[in-house]
Amino acid sequence: MNLEYFHLIDRIADLNVGERTITVEANVPEKSTIFEGHFPGFPLMPGVLLIEAMAQTSGWLVIAMNKFERMPFLAAVKEAKMRTFVTPGEQLMIEASIVHEGSGFAMTAVKVSAKGKMVCNSTLTFRHVPFPHPDLRGHMETMAQRIGFPTEAIAEERNNG
Amino acid sequence: MSTTFDQVATIIAETCDIPRDTITPESHAIDDLGIDSLDFLDIAFAIDKAFGIKLPLEKWTQEVNDGKATTEQYFVLKNLSARIDELVAAKGA
Repeated sequence: MNLEYFHLIDRIADLNVGERTITVEANVPEKSTIFEGHFPGFPLMPGVLLIEAMAQTSGWLVIAMNKFERMPFLAAVKEAKMRTFVTPGEQLMIEASIVHEGSGFAMTAVKVSAKGKMVCNSTLTFRHVPFPHPDLRGHMETMAQRIGFPTEAIAEERNNG
Repeated sequence: MSTTFDQVATIIAETCDIPRDTITPESHAIDDLGIDSLDFLDIAFAIDKAFGIKLPLEKWTQEVNDGKATTEQYFVLKNLSARIDELVAAKGA
């Protein structure tokens, strides 16, 4: 993770378009300016950033489902539960699955685990649209490379129709 | 067996916390019931699940934006119910 740059996931460990699931690894940094304020002497990963991490995880799944042709935007967060503190240095695993694929929107169920124990979960809704700007698409392609998104497999699927 | 309209009205009442008796076949989901596009995603989700279809919201929105259709054609509930019946029939064909 690089919290200051909103890089909240580190690596895609598994992406299964057929099963409509994704698993990613996300390591909370030992140090970040965010921990200076949240909170002095008691650093905690902010819940809103855990929600963002769940959204980014789900987002890559939605991108894969749409063959890297559409960009998802977070529209609703339901029943988000922060079940325990998440502290600097923790290694998180985030798993998301598609609950529903609608016309121009998708819903996902997501959970974050640390040491095999669920630390937070939520159901998220995304609207997705064709990439609204080439710069955004370029940025997402760069991010995809960084986190090991299987771009070639998606491109192959796209070419196969 | 309840009609498509009854099912849709119940979904809207439960999803948006709108009194069921205020929802009529003539109600316009947006103009009369005040349902916004985000709430309509939850309604679309419930309708998709209940009827085993996929409401083509993007296509409808495009048609309205292009001036090829009016919102009444899709969002007045009797018309929405008719569209749902068409989609269900097309699925079974």
